[in-house]
Amino acid sequence: MSNLFNIDIVNPEQSFLSKDNVFEVVIPAVEGEIGILKDHIPIISFLKPGIIRVFSESEEQSFYVEDGIVEFKDNTLSVLTSSIFDLKNADKNFVSESISSAEAELSKDNIDDQKRFLLNHKVEVLKSITIN
Amino acid sequence: MPSLDDLRKRITSVKSTQKITKAMKMVAAAKLRKAQENAEKGRPYSEKMNNVILNLSKSITDKENAPKLLVGTGEEKVHLCIVLTADRGLCGGFNTNIIKKAKSYFEKIISENKTLKIITVGSKGYDQLKRQYKSYIVENISFKESKNINYFDADKVGKIIIEKFEKNEFDVCAIFYNKFKNVITQIPQEQQIVPLNEDKDDKDDSGNDNDYEFEPDEDEILSNLLPKNISTQIFKAMLENSASEQGSRMTAMDNATRNAGELVDRLTIEYNRSRQAAITKELIEIISGAESL
Repeated sequence: MSNLFNIDIVNPEQSFLSKDNVFEVVIPAVEGEIGILKDHIPIISFLKPGIIRVFSESEEQSFYVEDGIVEFKDNTLSVLTSSIFDLKNADKNFVSESISSAEAELSKDNIDDQKRFLLNHKVEVLKSITIN
Repeated sequence: MPSLDDLRKRITSVKSTQKITKAMKMVAAAKLRKAQENAEKGRPYSEKMNNVILNLSKSITDKENAPKLLVGTGEEKVHLCIVLTADRGLCGGFNTNIIKKAKSYFEKIISENKTLKIITVGSKGYDQLKRQYKSYIVENISFKESKNINYFDADKVGKIIIEKFEKNEFDVCAIFYNKFKNVITQIPQEQQIVPLNEDKDDKDDSGNDNDYEFEPDEDEILSNLLPKNISTQIFKAMLENSASEQGSRMTAMDNATRNAGELVDRLTIEYNRSRQAAITKELIEIISGAESL
């Protein structure tokens, strides 16, 4: 029996990625990373800034996401996100811009703890991208 | 009876108008294809979003404490209407149809003694509504500068709505736009987005979908998701609208081109007749002149 399932990543403008031969996906859910294999129980969660890793038979792909919702049901993983890009063609300028705007946001006093946490995390993830 | 010269001038003027309408039709047709493609590409997102929310709201048992964006404030006093129209004219009944739909809704609200607030998106809607409903319009947004419809713009509108909701400025929110059916038909739509109307998509009531695992809990996901859903709905409406606008413009310009063609034909016949009449008259004059000699 195969251990493959489907993944659909869509953003508002178009369908970003659609594959039917992945065996594992790691998503940065808001309460920690989740690895999803075939026949995972149905789950709905949302994402924090991080990296989605998609493992298929032939390759491994990584995408940076800012936020989004994931739903897993009937062996189909749907990821809804408004900002996503492939790590392979990451735009250096865009990344550094995002870092500086997040840092500028962080330096404000009036943000709550949860937002501060998310922003810190975002900066961390974005910086790790530029190192690679 | 117009002189030959007048007729000739009119024919040339109608012909050049025809050229313009023909060009506009071509442009609209090209843009339509793109807009239609975009609308189709954007559909999966809003559909999936709808599905997730549907599944979530099914599993919410505690309706009392559910997020207000989903169940409403419990009152229906203040209505906020978002009227989405085009920024440009010359597209047949496109803008007028949305406005007509919206106006009948406005009249209903006013006659029920409820408070009405209007946000117009797109300058044509504002132009048409400001005469009659100036005092109700709270905001007027236009995305004339952005060439393509993007999610960023829709999100701006969504954020304004959320902000107003959090300040308790309205209880019910509806959007008005044209749904793209095909090139000839666009249906003006009225869609309620706050509180969320779920009855229309409630087909699959199979009940076995309630075994989702939620992380974190349902309430938190919902309160995160619902604001996004509003932006998504607006975005969907904007996509449908742009496809409808181009379709409507294409049909309108096609009609105009055809009308111009008919007019040219009629004028040409009239021109030829009067030219012939003039020649006949001259001939008669020459012949009767020769006879009298």
